[in-house]
Amino acid sequence: MSDLLNVSSNPHVRDKVDTQRIMLLVIISLLPATVFGIFNFGIHSLILVAVSIISCVLSEYVFEKIVHKKSTVTDLSAVVTGLLLALNLPPTLPVWMAALGGVFAIVVVKMLFGGLGQNFMNPALGARCFLLISFTGPMTTFAYDGVTGATPLALLKAGEPVDTMAMLLGTTSGTIGETSALCLIIGAIFLILCGVIDLKIPGTYILTFVIFIVLFGGHGFDTNYIVAQLCGGGLMLGAFFMATDYVTSPITPNGKILFGICLGVLTGLFRIFGASAEGVSYAIIFSNLLVPLIERVTIPRAFGIVKEKKGGDK
Amino acid sequence: MNKNVERLQNGIIKENPTFVLMLGMCPTLAVTTSAMNGLGMGLSTTVVLVVSNLVISLLRNIIPDRVRVPAFIVIVASIVTMVQFLLQGYVPSLYSSLGIYIPLIVVNCIILGRAESYASKNPVVPSIFDGLGMGLGFTLGLTLIGIVREILGAGQIFGAQILPLADASTSKIGYTPITIFVLAPGAFFVLSVLVAIMNVIRAKAEAKGKPLPAAQGCLAGDCSSCGMSTCTGKSSTVEVAAPKEDKE
Repeated sequence: MSDLLNVSSNPHVRDKVDTQRIMLLVIISLLPATVFGIFNFGIHSLILVAVSIISCVLSEYVFEKIVHKKSTVTDLSAVVTGLLLALNLPPTLPVWMAALGGVFAIVVVKMLFGGLGQNFMNPALGARCFLLISFTGPMTTFAYDGVTGATPLALLKAGEPVDTMAMLLGTTSGTIGETSALCLIIGAIFLILCGVIDLKIPGTYILTFVIFIVLFGGHGFDTNYIVAQLCGGGLMLGAFFMATDYVTSPITPNGKILFGICLGVLTGLFRIFGASAEGVSYAIIFSNLLVPLIERVTIPRAFGIVKEKKGGDK
Repeated sequence: MNKNVERLQNGIIKENPTFVLMLGMCPTLAVTTSAMNGLGMGLSTTVVLVVSNLVISLLRNIIPDRVRVPAFIVIVASIVTMVQFLLQGYVPSLYSSLGIYIPLIVVNCIILGRAESYASKNPVVPSIFDGLGMGLGFTLGLTLIGIVREILGAGQIFGAQILPLADASTSKIGYTPITIFVLAPGAFFVLSVLVAIMNVIRAKAEAKGKPLPAAQGCLAGDCSSCGMSTCTGKSSTVEVAAPKEDKE
């Protein structure tokens, strides 16, 4: 009786989904790309992945110990950050740089702004850009099979032919996790089926980007060129795994679409008109900064609220 | 004489323009790529501050209240022009590395702030010491930021290599400079961390029961040492100043 009439405040229905579970699903979805990357680039990339994850988890633990906060290591978000950071690093990077990147991602980008849920930009990408600016040489040296060469995207920018099939499978040079578009798409489909991410952001991102390169890429509607642009660089990794980060993407439905359009246009601008061949990471962290503004202009109208007419009689 | 010591202490510790008042952020962030640049910028500003405080304090009863800001700017600009020529003549390397930021000392808010809030209301000697204290506090802040950025960004202090650099070609183990620290983002990182450290020291000292003198702001009613020109509490100062004008 008393149970039946017990009046409590909401929420009344609880789901099993929590941060830890979502992070676990993200880790599982990244495994194909990670395993392929390690297989593709060798043992040093495994060390980089391990060091990056350990560095992130350890800095989260130590920072929370120092500032006497409850440890949030078990929610696995630091593991995801570390894994994403490692997938964004070139396979020949010195190990200590990966460790430094992990510390920067967690301490500067995440913890100093209040921990998970408060960070204003994606920690892994923040750290990648920190490393890219600080150590431009090692961060842009891509070796494949022991030979240092240009990434497919750089070849594409220089107007040279690229092997689109190899780019789809991932047997090319690039960062550890970005080369295999196929593995990334498998992981992304898994995430979508699990309901962790929806297609709004990656869909509009990729669509806008395709429209942009058809218009401004200088190749017109050349399927080979478009597929190469889509599979090359960090576009797939960024679109499905980093642009969809809950904390740093808009929560409003229209905002997600606007966010995707921003990402597509910026990536296109950086890739076609920019100095370097790749621009996904800068496009994402720049759009992260726009998220509060995007959310402000796309707040859905609540049912029954009539929008005030501008210039109406007063 | 005690008041002069108090003014010095006020500028360097209590109301340090860089770490407490957060004034003059433009040169603080832009020129502190090395310790030498920070020191040079700080000392140039100190010279301008001392001389401008001296002149403005001497002229404080002559300058009409309504045109005081243009008058201050003319005085400060003349002094900055002299400093600029001196730097160009005697330390051309520093002059070229500081670039546009030397003429910009004219509009440095520390200088106008001290002229407005202290030198125009106080006698000459305390005004000189006020300028000296603020200038040295600014120099201290800039040099500290410069030192940290130079060590992390190049492994040097005042141009001397203190951390041997790594060399990939000869696989020599050493320090690899973190280039971001000599670029613009590094200035923000270093400034914020140094301010945080200062705040921790302040909080610790307060917890121990012997508080460092905190910035008084307008809470303590001492508007004479406050640099905030937009503060609404300033109205009381204006009221005090108005009858004085009538008397003249």
